Amino acid sequence: MIYKETGQYKSSYKSDHAIFPLLQDKIAFSTLMFIAFLIIPFVINSYWEKAILVPFLIFSLAAIGLNILTGYCGQVSLGTGGFMAVGAFSTYKIMTYFPDMNIMIIILISGLITAAVGIIFGLPSLRIKGFYLAVATLASQFFLVWLFNKVPWFYNYSDTGQITVSERTMFGIPVTGAEAPSYATYLFCLVLVVTLSFAAKNLIRSKMGRSWMAIRDMDIAAEIIGVPPLKTKLSAFAISSFYIGVAGALYFAVFLGAIEVTESFDIMTISFPVLFMIIIGGLGSMLGSFLGAAFVVTLPIGLKFLMVDMVGLSAVTAKHFEITIWGLLMIIFLIVEPHGLARLWSIAKEKLRRWPFPY
Amino acid sequence: MSVELLNFIETVLNGLMSGVMYSLVALGFVLIFKASGVFNFAQGVFALFAALTLVGYQTGQVPFAHLINELFGTNYHNWYASMPNFLAILLTMITMIALAWIIERLVLKHLINQDPIILFMATIGLAFALEGVGDLMWGSDVKVLDVGIPSGGSIWLEEATIGLAAEGSDYYGMYVDVLNIWATVIAVILVVSLALFSQYTKTGRALRAVADDHQAALSVGISLRSIWILVWAISGFIAMVAGIMWGTESGVQFSLSLIALKALPVLILGGFTSIPGAIIGGLLIGVGEKLAEIYIGGYFETGALENWFAYVMALVFLLFRPQGLFGDKIIERV
Repeated sequence: MIYKETGQYKSSYKSDHAIFPLLQDKIAFSTLMFIAFLIIPFVINSYWEKAILVPFLIFSLAAIGLNILTGYCGQVSLGTGGFMAVGAFSTYKIMTYFPDMNIMIIILISGLITAAVGIIFGLPSLRIKGFYLAVATLASQFFLVWLFNKVPWFYNYSDTGQITVSERTMFGIPVTGAEAPSYATYLFCLVLVVTLSFAAKNLIRSKMGRSWMAIRDMDIAAEIIGVPPLKTKLSAFAISSFYIGVAGALYFAVFLGAIEVTESFDIMTISFPVLFMIIIGGLGSMLGSFLGAAFVVTLPIGLKFLMVDMVGLSAVTAKHFEITIWGLLMIIFLIVEPHGLARLWSIAKEKLRRWPFPY
Repeated sequence: MSVELLNFIETVLNGLMSGVMYSLVALGFVLIFKASGVFNFAQGVFALFAALTLVGYQTGQVPFAHLINELFGTNYHNWYASMPNFLAILLTMITMIALAWIIERLVLKHLINQDPIILFMATIGLAFALEGVGDLMWGSDVKVLDVGIPSGGSIWLEEATIGLAAEGSDYYGMYVDVLNIWATVIAVILVVSLALFSQYTKTGRALRAVADDHQAALSVGISLRSIWILVWAISGFIAMVAGIMWGTESGVQFSLSLIALKALPVLILGGFTSIPGAIIGGLLIGVGEKLAEIYIGGYFETGALENWFAYVMALVFLLFRPQGLFGDKIIERV
C-alpha cells in the first residue's frame, strides 16, 4: 500500500515518459535532493566529507561510467583505473598551463580528453569480445599507468613523480587544495554528480541508450536490424570514459589533492572495486551504481571500526582480516543475489505494493 | 659467430625460459576454463598461497600465530624447526586438494548457471579471501623459499659458449639461470604427464568429455562435481609448482600473486581453451618481451616496458585472430 501505482493515470505521452512516473518516486527523490543540497552542507564535518560523502560521490560517478559501458553496452572493461588516471593528469596539465581557467571547465575538458583516449582503446572492441576484450582492456590500464609514471612531462618533471593540486575557487570559495572547506568540496562534487547522472539517465532512455542495449543483448541481431556497431560501441566507450575521466579528475583535484599514479590508480584499488560496485549494485541500473558505490565505500570503514576499535586487533592483522572478509562478502553476495542491490530494491518495492495484506 | 648474434641467441634463450614460467601459470587458467567455464582470476593467489603454505610447513610455523597471539596474549611461533622438503611438498599438495574441495563445495556449487562475468567476479572475491587467509595464517613478511633447486648462472653454459665468439672479441659467454633450466625441465615433465593422463586414463577421458560438453558428459554418467574438484586440484598443483619456481626466484611475498596478470596476455594470445596455446603463447610472450626490452626499450629512456608490452603484443595478435592462436573458433548465430 505504501508503494501504490494504481490510480496514477497518464493522459499524455509526456507524462508517461517522465523520469519518475510514480508520485512516490518523485516525493522520495525530491526529499533526497532537499537533504543533499540544503541540510547536509550545514551539518557536514571533515570526517564525513573525507571518509564517506566525497568518495561516495566520486565512485558513484565512476560506477555510472563503467555501468554505461559494461551494464548497458555489454563490453566488460578492466581499465577503469587507467582512464581515471587520464582524467587526473589532464586536470593537472591544464591547471598548470591555464592558471586562470575555472576548475569546473578544467574538469569537464579532462573528461573530454579521457573520452578521446577511451575511443582509441575502444577500437579493439570491434573485433574482440567477451573475456578476450576484458583482458585486452587491461592493456590500457597498464599502458596508461606506465605512461604517466615514466614520462616526466606528465608530472612536470617533479622529483617525486607526484602531482599536487593547487588552490582553485568557485564563486570565491576554494574547492580544491588543503584550504577548501568541507561543504564546498561536497557541494562541488554533488552538483557535478547530480547533473551528470541526470544526463546519463536521459541518454540511456534515448535512441543511443536503446542501441547500446541492443548491442549488449545480441550484437549480430542488432547489426541486422540497423544498429551500427562501430558507432554504438565507440560512443559507449567515449561516454563511459567521459564519466570515468571526470571521476578521476575529482578524485585527484578535490578528494586526494596529491597523487602518485602507480599507487592511486592501481588495478586493485580502482579497476576491480569499481567493477565490483556495478555488479553488487546491479548491472544496467542507475540506482545500482549509487548503491554499489555506497556499499563499497562504507564497508571498509565499518570493518575497520569493528576490527580495530571493538576487537582490538593490530592494524596489520585487521587489514588482513578486512581483505578476507571483503573477499568472502563478494562471494556470498554473488551467490545470494547475483543481480545486485537494485534487484533487492525492486523486490522490496513489490512487497511494499501489497503491504500489509500480502494476498 | 659474431657477438651480436650470440647476444641475440642468449636473449631468445632467456625469453624462452621466462616464457615457460608464464606458461606454467597460464596452464592452470586453461585447465579450469576448459573444464568448468570459470575464468579463474585467483590462479595467481593460488600460487602465492601454495608457496606460503610450503614455507610454513617447512619452517614449522603455527598457522594463524599472529591472530592467536594478539587475541589471547600468547606467544606461539614454531612447532618444530624444519621438515624434509619431500614431506612439506606432499602436505602442501594435500592442502591444495582440500582447498579445491572447499572451493567446489562453498562457491562453485552455488554459482552453477550464472553469467561468466559473475563467476569471474566470484573468483576475484576468492583471490581477495585467499590472500587474506594466507596472510593471516602465515604472516605477510617476505619469506625465503628453498626446496633444493639450484640457482645462479650456469657456469657450464658460460664456458661452452665463450669459445663460439670470434677470436679477440669481448665476449664472456651466455648467462642462463640454472633455476630457469630446472623450471623448463619440470614444466616439460608436467605437461607430458598431464597429456598422458588425459589421453590414457579413465579419469582423463572423463576430464576431456567434460571439457567438450557438460550436458553430454552428464548424460553418460560422468559426475561433473567430482571432475571439477579434480580439475581445481590439478590447477592447485600446477599453481604450487609455479609458486615454488617463482618463489625460489624472488622470495614469497604478495607480489607473487601478480603473476596472474602476467599470464593473462599469454592466455588471450594462445586462446582460453587450448593447452598447447598456453605453452606456445607463453614462449612467444617471453621471447617478445625480452627482445623488446633490449631492442626497443633502448629508444625509450624510461624503460620498463614489460608491464604492458605483453598486452599490446597479444592485442595485435587478437586483431587478426579474435579467438587467440589456438582457441576454439567463435561461431556466432542470431
